[in-house]
Amino acid sequence: MKIVVCIKQVPDTTEVKINPQTNTLIRDGVPSIINPYDLHAIEAALDIKEMMDASVTVLTMGPPQAENALRDAAAMGADDVALLTDKVFAGSDSWATAYALSCAIKKVGYDLIICGKQAIDGDTGQVGPAVAEFLNIPHVSYVSKFSSLNGDAITVRRLMDDGYDIVEVSLPALITVVRELNQPRLPSLKGKIRAKKIEIKRLNHTDINVPPKNVGVEGSPTQVKNIFAPAVKKDRRMLEGTADHQVEELIEALRCIRCI
Amino acid sequence: MQIKVDSELCTGCESCVSSCPYDAIVMIEGKAFINEYCQLCKACLNVCPEGAIKEYFVNERIESPSLTPGAAYRGVLVFAEQRQGRLSQVSFELLGAGRQLAGKLGVELSATLFGCGEAEARELVSWGADKVYLCGDENLIAFNDEPYTELLHRLIVQHRPEIVLAGATALGRSFLPRVAARLRAGLTADCTSLDIEDGSRNLLAIRPAFGGNIMATIICPEARPQMATVRPKVIKKGSYDTCRTGEIVNITPPTTASRTKVIDCIKDDSLFTINLQEAEVIVSGGRGLGNAKGFEMLKELAVMLNATVGASRAAVDEGWISYSHQVGQTGKTVCPKIYIACGISGAVQHMVGMQSSDIIVAINKNPEAPIFNAANYGIVGDVYEIIPLLIKRIKEFKGDGGAASCEKA
Repeated sequence: MKIVVCIKQVPDTTEVKINPQTNTLIRDGVPSIINPYDLHAIEAALDIKEMMDASVTVLTMGPPQAENALRDAAAMGADDVALLTDKVFAGSDSWATAYALSCAIKKVGYDLIICGKQAIDGDTGQVGPAVAEFLNIPHVSYVSKFSSLNGDAITVRRLMDDGYDIVEVSLPALITVVRELNQPRLPSLKGKIRAKKIEIKRLNHTDINVPPKNVGVEGSPTQVKNIFAPAVKKDRRMLEGTADHQVEELIEALRCIRCI
Repeated sequence: MQIKVDSELCTGCESCVSSCPYDAIVMIEGKAFINEYCQLCKACLNVCPEGAIKEYFVNERIESPSLTPGAAYRGVLVFAEQRQGRLSQVSFELLGAGRQLAGKLGVELSATLFGCGEAEARELVSWGADKVYLCGDENLIAFNDEPYTELLHRLIVQHRPEIVLAGATALGRSFLPRVAARLRAGLTADCTSLDIEDGSRNLLAIRPAFGGNIMATIICPEARPQMATVRPKVIKKGSYDTCRTGEIVNITPPTTASRTKVIDCIKDDSLFTINLQEAEVIVSGGRGLGNAKGFEMLKELAVMLNATVGASRAAVDEGWISYSHQVGQTGKTVCPKIYIACGISGAVQHMVGMQSSDIIVAINKNPEAPIFNAANYGIVGDVYEIIPLLIKRIKEFKGDGGAASCEKA
């Protein structure tokens, strides 16, 4: 079975702070990491490989430095890694990204595609299902458990807002996975040594037959109009004075709204 | 579009370099330069004190046959969600949002409903829909991406709405991207607010970005329809009126065989035993508590206020409290009457989960903490000093009882 895992290199957004004076992002010293949900996707692929004859290709689209994310994936145990990188891809939204990825996946070949449920920088969760649509294959989102797997179909547990569904899907298919699925492994020493030497396949837009008008800013239906910091509430009241006085005022406020 | 540094204006102060989330701004011979790592996220645009970082628009959009001109598209369509045959609350919220947009545009508000009957369709009319496209096929009661995609895609192609809204639920977030991909339409995920741009008919879709550290307004200048998923519990429901009249149009079931089969749907409340979404009062803790013991103190306060305990992602990640308590982008969205945030700094990813609470009380050491921006009442102080005092005073207050208050009076 040929498994393709799509990953994204992201800034560790839990470390990103905002400068309250200028309302801009401060990114000093914020590391770039593999999107945490994608680690679970890689783990799921490696798990399957341990159970049956399978190969695992990890694919990412991004700037040249995304190579580091691919080396980390190779250290975990991916057989092949490929980087989709080209200046014309810059500014791609989820539509254009999914389009480019689907073209690359066609080129690489696949039976099963695994993605994390969303990336922590964009948080859209749209690229996985859209890739499935472009490839004209079925998909299941939010997979929290594999129940059965053979060459033709897989049965999975899909996490919903009010419980879960058991879903069977024929292969080839795409799934997106949640944290509950597994515990990602740490790279072994052997894996790290192999990752240093692994050849990273580089693909540009001509390699995957993508016309530039379908990717980048030009190919993206959505655009960022502006970004801004959240507004201050108009009726805010800061309670001043000693702790005793502050608590006294808060008690008064809670009484007014009949909380106590 | 391109973002460039005007080297005439650049003084080489380097203040823009650290603003780039993609490390795309570098210094070359004392001037800032934006290299090919730029993802056009616009985070740097307002950083430069000299105004040297600018957007450059080139007439670069090549005629693309699949991007359909907007003029032919009119109306707002809401995808109404049901689970096990019962309408979800988010459907009424979407009709509330859709009504406002349709009003501004002077167009019709329609809804579509799969796997329910006429009674539920009438319910959508009472909540504001002018028209409901209903497919009562019982195979659609269980959510399945492929038939849902086929039906919604078909409706959009037939009726050409300019705006399509769905809930940012597990269901909406799973199949809307397929519909958008098939239509070559722009889809904005997880919106917290919607509006119409002045002077055009463009939808302004507002959502958190960069892990919730900042908000972004997303537009689709050309592609139609403009699609968005909207976070549940963030937008208020529309008005309910059983006297409203509307048309119900039955549509034919999907025709293509699905490659996915839903074998079983299990309602599992154990995943959600902590009922944050129904709570009237929530006492919530964050990293500022410093340890798991802090939550014991919050529980004591919660019992006195008949409240439920919530938490920020930071506290859950530290292992101080279980995930079922988490409020925010990756946890639950809540809308209680009173939300008391203790030691929570207030990253937007937390804020989007609680900002529609009626009254927000924030207690935090850091006067610069963004949580104070959302607060009605703010206390700058140590939670370990304030909360015990608060507990003590409430005890006294309750201990006194009504009689004691009367005596004082």
